[in-house]
Amino acid sequence: MRVAGGKKRTGVLLTGATWIISVLFVFPVVWMIWTSFHSETDAAANPPKVLSAFSVQGYRSFFGSNPWPPILNSLTASVISTILVLCLALPAAYALSIRPVKKWSDVLFFFLSTKFMPVVAALLPVYLFAEKVHFLDNIWLLIILYTSMNLPIAVWMLRSFLAEIPAEMLEAAQVDGAGLIRTLREIIAPVVMPGIASAALICFIFSWNELLFARVLTGTRAETAPVFLTGFVTSQGLFLAQVCAASFVVSLPVLAAGFAAQDKLVQGLSMGAVR
Amino acid sequence: MTSEPAVAQSNSSLAKAGAWARRAPLLPALIFMIIVTQIPFLATVVISFMNWNAYYPNNRGFAGIDNFKTVLTDVDAREAIIVTILLTVGVVVVSLVLGLAIALLLDRKFRGRSVARTLMITPFLIVPVAAALLWKHALYNAQYGLLNGVLKWVFGDGAPQPDWISDHPLISIIVALVWQWTPFMMLILLAGLQSRPMDVVEAAKIDGASGWQIFTNMTLPHLRQYIELSGLLGAIYIVQNFDAVFTITSGGLGTANLPYYIYETFYSAHNYGTASAAGVIVVIGSIIIATFALRTVLSLFREETR
Repeated sequence: MRVAGGKKRTGVLLTGATWIISVLFVFPVVWMIWTSFHSETDAAANPPKVLSAFSVQGYRSFFGSNPWPPILNSLTASVISTILVLCLALPAAYALSIRPVKKWSDVLFFFLSTKFMPVVAALLPVYLFAEKVHFLDNIWLLIILYTSMNLPIAVWMLRSFLAEIPAEMLEAAQVDGAGLIRTLREIIAPVVMPGIASAALICFIFSWNELLFARVLTGTRAETAPVFLTGFVTSQGLFLAQVCAASFVVSLPVLAAGFAAQDKLVQGLSMGAVR
Repeated sequence: MTSEPAVAQSNSSLAKAGAWARRAPLLPALIFMIIVTQIPFLATVVISFMNWNAYYPNNRGFAGIDNFKTVLTDVDAREAIIVTILLTVGVVVVSLVLGLAIALLLDRKFRGRSVARTLMITPFLIVPVAAALLWKHALYNAQYGLLNGVLKWVFGDGAPQPDWISDHPLISIIVALVWQWTPFMMLILLAGLQSRPMDVVEAAKIDGASGWQIFTNMTLPHLRQYIELSGLLGAIYIVQNFDAVFTITSGGLGTANLPYYIYETFYSAHNYGTASAAGVIVVIGSIIIATFALRTVLSLFREETR
């Protein structure tokens, strides 16, 4: 009995510790949202005023600074490049898993190796080339680069999902006389759908978050939300409530997508590879 | 790996057509990647051997290994190399250890576990620039940041009010990045923990193995791949970190890492030759990390084909 009681107490302690750590980790975000609803004077108070009057001043000045073009640019770049990634990655993953080409592991490793190459090492030629052909400050340049940035991850993830399909199932379908379309729809699609969802989610997050390419290669027309955020602070000085409101609004799409598809995110991050 | 069916070999032209049919779906992705990533990198290598400063357009020409000499003897560049190593190792090791501890805590069954996990992953879902702004202005700021606010709250008006970023610039960046990356490590390790065959663990428990014995002899070996994979992915992203350095200190106070150094050399100083040489050096450094990666990836393949 004593042992069982001790175990129970340890269990309660561990659960308590888990909650404390989780709350500590989320706290800066909660503080950001909380501060964003204060007036500028209350937000800058020291010691902090926890219970001060509710104010949307920060949001009003953020939306007053016309943030929509950069947000729309980010949305365009992230969504289109994610779609392009999937269009290129799905056939490639198919060729690398079900009925793989010869030397498939070399090809897969080539895709992965491009991720080991820091983007800064390729940025300058891209910049010089884009400058020469007048392609700077064009959202399509970012779309192409984001596609190349996320394509290896997507190929890797989708390949491991496709590799899960037992060869017997495909053979059985062939024996039954199922054509390519039917095999794709009835056997491959159900297995790969979660993979496609998690790959899309991760590509979207990485594209939405990207700063370096966007900062160097865009100007006023194709500016993205993260670039807008960095410029927003330096040009306007320090308005804490406004900065918090801006950070929250720009993070909102990723937060919403991440919360809605948590399990997909977990699956995606473990990359379906090590199972 | 599948072997070619014997029938295909008897009809070689058909086999050839089949091989191309197999390769066809691969080609768009492959060609796209070669054009977008390999050609610019080759151009970087070429420029790294050139005198090329946009401010002196008449001076362009072959420079030999001068740019590499410049980078390796430049005090700023050497400092950037050290900062990159400190930053990467610091963030990866701390967030890996923290992530493992939290993954172990979240692997237990308790009420509201999925809520706790949701809270935990939130830092990973904040846009990196926004996270850096949050730490810089809302938490670290000496006048109205939360950290000093709490100190004043607890110790009254005489509380110390350190200027966190200027006093400990690199540590400030590391703490902010650890906060963002711990959830990432935790998610991968948690996926690893949940793929553990529980019947074996139960059997070990019945045989009287202690929690610590199960952890060191069963859990850790099972997690090894996951630890390697998360450490590796974290390292790849943190070596390249630009957002936090750019936002929190703008590379000042001895916190410029290699990506920031290259950005400055090319974007502000317009010294294309030196920037490219630094870029090539970063790639060589990354290849060293990648050799470890190769080992991990190969061990994954072996696992899969076994």
